[in-house]
Amino acid sequence: MSRPDAADRRVSAGTRATVIGVALLVVAVLVGLLVGPVRIGAANVLRWFFSFGDRPPGMSEQRALILADLRLPRVIVAGLVGASLAASGAAYQAVFRNPLADPYLLGAAAGAGLGATIAVAYGPSGALELTVPVAAFVGALVGVGLAYGLGRSTLGGRSTTSLVLAGVAVASFLTAVQTFLQQQRSETLRQVYTWILGRLGTTGWDDVRLALPSVVLALATMWAVRRLLDVIEVGDVEAQSLGLHVARLRLVVVIAASLATAAAVAVAGLIGFVGLIIPHTVRLMVGGSYRSVLPLSVLFGASFLILVDTLARTVVAPAEIPIGVITAFIGAPFFIAVLRRNRRAA
Amino acid sequence: MGKPVSIVVAFVLALSITACGSYGASDDAPAGNVASRSSEPSSFPVAVEGTSGQVTIDERPERIVSLSPTATEDLFAIGAGEQVIAVDDQSNFPPEAPATELSGFEPNVEAIAGFEPDLVVFATDPGDLGSSLEGLGITALQLDAAPTLEVAYEQIEQLGLATGHADEAQALVEDMRSEIEGLANTADPASGTSFYYELDDTFYSVTSKTFIGQLFALLGLENIADEAGKGGGGYPQLSAEYILASDPDLIFLADTKCCGQSLETIAQRPGWDELSAVTRGHVVPLDDDIASRWGPRIVDLLRQISEAAASAEASSA
Repeated sequence: MSRPDAADRRVSAGTRATVIGVALLVVAVLVGLLVGPVRIGAANVLRWFFSFGDRPPGMSEQRALILADLRLPRVIVAGLVGASLAASGAAYQAVFRNPLADPYLLGAAAGAGLGATIAVAYGPSGALELTVPVAAFVGALVGVGLAYGLGRSTLGGRSTTSLVLAGVAVASFLTAVQTFLQQQRSETLRQVYTWILGRLGTTGWDDVRLALPSVVLALATMWAVRRLLDVIEVGDVEAQSLGLHVARLRLVVVIAASLATAAAVAVAGLIGFVGLIIPHTVRLMVGGSYRSVLPLSVLFGASFLILVDTLARTVVAPAEIPIGVITAFIGAPFFIAVLRRNRRAA
Repeated sequence: MGKPVSIVVAFVLALSITACGSYGASDDAPAGNVASRSSEPSSFPVAVEGTSGQVTIDERPERIVSLSPTATEDLFAIGAGEQVIAVDDQSNFPPEAPATELSGFEPNVEAIAGFEPDLVVFATDPGDLGSSLEGLGITALQLDAAPTLEVAYEQIEQLGLATGHADEAQALVEDMRSEIEGLANTADPASGTSFYYELDDTFYSVTSKTFIGQLFALLGLENIADEAGKGGGGYPQLSAEYILASDPDLIFLADTKCCGQSLETIAQRPGWDELSAVTRGHVVPLDDDIASRWGPRIVDLLRQISEAAASAEASSA
């Protein structure tokens, strides 16, 4: 009684991908620590890393400071943000059965943008480092909450279309309010703009502390329900007949994904395309089962963003490119490639 | 409909010639409001050079609307203050300028025309402000952001010509020139004093290609952002690592108003409390307004920078 070959192949593909994912993450973290506008010897960095932060004799105190207070938290936050966006994207793609779903689907981006604008325009100007992330976090959750509330009230939450449409409506409205505010207070334009482009340039340990609890909680939740995502992908009615409480699962996923997205957006601004590129790429490697796609999205999402962030701070060093610009550059051709592949397959 | 009245007033003033107010007092010279009465009626009509070309001013303007904070400062400094009837909402200097709710960024042509101006001076032209005003028969003079010090001087002189205060304008420019040259001469470029100029709290800075960057270069200071500006425009966003590694001798904060930054707040950034500029207190909070305009107060700005540079050199010597 041998197991079917297909299952064997699937399992080994998943294992292979996991190994690659972990290896890539380790490489990404090392690259993120080694590379930057300030040259720090590789040997010293490795010695520093493996001795858990003890300054090796060859390294100046300032270099150690740069590693400990700037690069390390930045790498961690990039990893958390990448993992959050990729996992949320994958989860949304499952519960909405829409390959184009991204973490900002239900008005999270618009809500966060509005929150950030309100903080910049009306908050105390000296406390922006605290008020903007918190306001963005709250705004993202409010945006999603509004969209979910609006979309769920019709058709008893069983239709994904109404949720998506509600998300579009809420996003449009919140964006309009944000634009209006920005026009009224045009001196806020530059700050909000740089936030919208996505940035990790001012990341420190505070951002790690801000993002970590939400992200860990959200990722753990999504990981726990990943097999159910396969069931719901088949269809609402089919899933229901298999005993799955569809509306509750969708709610849980939306809450978890929104929490992760809100945390990511709060510390890093709006970084697009990650939630789309990574799940699709992972599916190309291991097929569509969320049992693998979700954890792999976490791994590859983290590595991807760490590497892109390293690029963002070295390409025009010592200047920085907003990270959202780079992901857009990568994302657009990626989209075209996926589109053409789908057209050929159809 | 104040034109006939203003011609009579101008004629009467021309008859009662009073001495030019002594402008030349050294310390707060550029901010002085000159009580000049020499209106030189024979100097009109005059052709003035604006950003978009030549503008002809037929007679001495008595109802000037300024939508540019720098132009407002220029006008009051050359003695044309009494001819200014309205300024935009950002023109906060001098305090006696007649502030209104007019916006220089989103000008409402109707609102401007409602003041019945005979001359409108503005810096940015979003959407054909100039041509709309000309269409209403209002003389419009655009003087946009000066790329160099020379252009800033020229703008003051053009405003002098335009308002009938050519002599005062020239005197102001000469004073500014000599003061700035004096400050530049006391500077020591060989000292290699470096600085970081902060535009906002995400580390946007300016290179020496910009107007403000040139002022610093005049004083022989080295701008750490020049490394980053090679690729593109004059306003790169610097990497925090780079700022820490460069350890600039001076830090200038141009984001005190917009983003509430100060020595205390920047010392709380990760790693910044170790910077020598922070530990020695060589952090200079600049007035956001002064640092973003190109009028007479740049002399004050340069003086402030020069003093900071001198004290930084002294403590590192």
